[in-house]
Amino acid sequence: MISLESLTAGPLFGLPLPELWFILLFVMLATFLFLDGFDFGAGAIFALLESEDERETVLAAIGPFWDGNEVWLVVFGGALFAAFPPAYAGLFSRHYLLMFGILGALILRGLAPEMYEQRHDAQWQRWWGRAFVVGSILAPFLLGVFAGNWLVGATASLTLVGLGVGVTLTLLTVVSGAAFLQLKARKRLPEAVTMYGSVAAGGYLIAVIITLGILAVRLPDGISVLLDPGIIVLVGATIGLATGYVVALRQEQSLRALGMAAIMTYGFVTVVAILMYPAIDPATGATVQDTIVSTLPLNLMTIGASLLLPLVAMYFIVLYSAFSGPITPEEGY
Amino acid sequence: MIDPVIASRLQFAVTTIVHIIFPVMSMGLAPFLIYFTWKNIRTDEPIYEQLRRFWTNIFAISFVVGTVTGIVLEFEFGTNFAAFATAAGELFGGPLAIEGMMAFMLEATFLGVFVFGRDRVGDKLYFLSSVAVGAGTWLSAVWILIANSWMQTPRGYELVTENGQMVVHLVDPMAAYLNPRFGYMFVHMQNAAVESVALFMTGVGAYYVFRHHVWGYPVENPQFWEATLKIGLVALLITAPLQVLHGDMYGRHVAETQPQKFAAMEAVWETESYVPEYIVAVPTSVDGFTNPRAKELFGIGIPGGASWLASGGDPTAEIRGLNDFETEAPPVAIVFWAFRAMVGLGFWFILLAFWGGYRWYKGQLLEDGLLHKALMGSSLLGIVAVELGWIVTEVGRQPWVIQDVMRTSAGVSPGLTGTEATITLIGFVGVYTALLGLYTYVVWRIIRNGPPDGDDLRVNRERAPAQEQETPVAGVADDD
Repeated sequence: MISLESLTAGPLFGLPLPELWFILLFVMLATFLFLDGFDFGAGAIFALLESEDERETVLAAIGPFWDGNEVWLVVFGGALFAAFPPAYAGLFSRHYLLMFGILGALILRGLAPEMYEQRHDAQWQRWWGRAFVVGSILAPFLLGVFAGNWLVGATASLTLVGLGVGVTLTLLTVVSGAAFLQLKARKRLPEAVTMYGSVAAGGYLIAVIITLGILAVRLPDGISVLLDPGIIVLVGATIGLATGYVVALRQEQSLRALGMAAIMTYGFVTVVAILMYPAIDPATGATVQDTIVSTLPLNLMTIGASLLLPLVAMYFIVLYSAFSGPITPEEGY
Repeated sequence: MIDPVIASRLQFAVTTIVHIIFPVMSMGLAPFLIYFTWKNIRTDEPIYEQLRRFWTNIFAISFVVGTVTGIVLEFEFGTNFAAFATAAGELFGGPLAIEGMMAFMLEATFLGVFVFGRDRVGDKLYFLSSVAVGAGTWLSAVWILIANSWMQTPRGYELVTENGQMVVHLVDPMAAYLNPRFGYMFVHMQNAAVESVALFMTGVGAYYVFRHHVWGYPVENPQFWEATLKIGLVALLITAPLQVLHGDMYGRHVAETQPQKFAAMEAVWETESYVPEYIVAVPTSVDGFTNPRAKELFGIGIPGGASWLASGGDPTAEIRGLNDFETEAPPVAIVFWAFRAMVGLGFWFILLAFWGGYRWYKGQLLEDGLLHKALMGSSLLGIVAVELGWIVTEVGRQPWVIQDVMRTSAGVSPGLTGTEATITLIGFVGVYTALLGLYTYVVWRIIRNGPPDGDDLRVNRERAPAQEQETPVAGVADDD
């Protein structure tokens, strides 16, 4: 047993815990943006499908997954609160209305499929279908706005960087969503889904470049930061991945396409994290070291997370293997 | 525009009052669902598949609405109570983060398997998923109540000033997390959740039983509704007496640890001994409704009852009055009446349980129309009692957000404007009213449609092996 004194004396095994929690935080955010991202993307593509059967198929595809995927956002919020309380408090209260916009979009997205399935008259399904689409598009967009504002330390909630990141992220969810839908329901959805994915991937690249352009102007030492070799490699890799994604999608290598979308999402979040570090709340200039909780709770949280996160990974493996492969015609939401 | 402090408090009140309904449903349904799933897998009786599927539908919608309203609460500590979040993040953020990783993840992932996966996974994994979902809902309560109870009876911390700000540092995790209140709160809450669901089940069951047996209307699946009524009644017989017994201990604990809250519960303004406990209380003036004082109440009081309650058996014990505290009193009327209504309901539920139990024993459970009506009328009162209990807990501890450490008004986000807070408050009132309406509508439809039957049931499909099955069924009925 580890004694209370040793837990209070210093960081566990002398590890750089504040930095590790900073990384973990962004891993959680990226996992949310990828996993729930394909649910959001599926919601956006839902708007472009017309037949009752196709729409039902989209809902059936995300049905078992979305709730678990969304919990990564809860865990992200919890980890930010637990590890860097002043950053959590500062960020969330500064972007007050934006946060409630995100919550509103998530409520709409979560509730709409349940309601959609309640009745089968056209009017009812049209409205709840729209609500589902609006929630699915607005949630990643507003989260992107939040992430952009966070990164540049904006005190206003509507900024150019925010809009850029919002659009970029929304397109990225469509990229993931198209691959996911192709994987789960290739035979039951129109060919056009492949096209939507490819167009979104192209749009994503353009949006990334525009957003980086805005950032170069907006960040204090913008140009030099963006010329960081790490960033250049990541941007280059993004272009390669987007191309590979389109090829994979066209060859109906859905899983590979989804994998590339995943790497793009993690890459995107990595860029944000690299640009932000060592600050965690650029608006106040507070760094990871400034805002980290004291040693004892940090050690406890670290022990908790290292025991629990492998279990969480296992739950997701069980869930995704239980529902592996295309959905069957009997399956509905 | 409403003052940001008041708007934030009202908003938190609205969002928690609505949110708590859904965890109560999911936590309360959890043990029933595990039981139904077990019996469904173990026996071939269609009734258990019907029970499992019907109540899983209600569980699923409760869970979904609980998820989306729950995230709101987590975010509100940052958006509206940033000063509190900064000061208490070390003790309060940790439990929330662990709740997410340990409990919420468990329930949300296995919910997918539990709701959508009956034809995809084998019996063992399916049963395991029901246990995982149920355990997840209860573990969730553990961590949330650790966080809440720490605010009521804070332990294991020290106050440090950092950059001119008061911050709470964790020094003894066991003392902090297993603080004196936690055990009382957890038992009282979880038992309340099961009791509330038991009342809901008996109410819904009684409605169809009444239509069928008393009015003589044809009802589909009457045996399903009878089973629902009986299972609910058994659970009520167990939980209702426990809740009151345990509530008594809880009340005594509050008198010891939060004397100001206890004084508000009893409307004791001046310190005195031999304080009566008013079961039925009518204020002697109109003003007494909004500003009750124990001395000016007319009603049926047990002499020395409140003193007895506070001290655990001494009717002459002294109760410290609200005027003898340095801080201003919480809104006494709300706490006093909410407490009375909750306790009254608690006793009413015991009466209902014994009444139903007696009729059942006499073999008249299905014929007693008055009992059915009483059960129908009480189907939502369990949830009402939970709300009242939380109102006593949360309003009663005012003005403190952390008892004797931090005032609620000091916890509100410093930069928050009245305009912002008012916009979101109005937004939440609108959205949550709609949300409650929609939830009620969905649950009402599930009840009206009744359980699945006939060929819709797996047990029936499996009994007719000649029928072709396209669904790849893994591990069908390997019952031994």
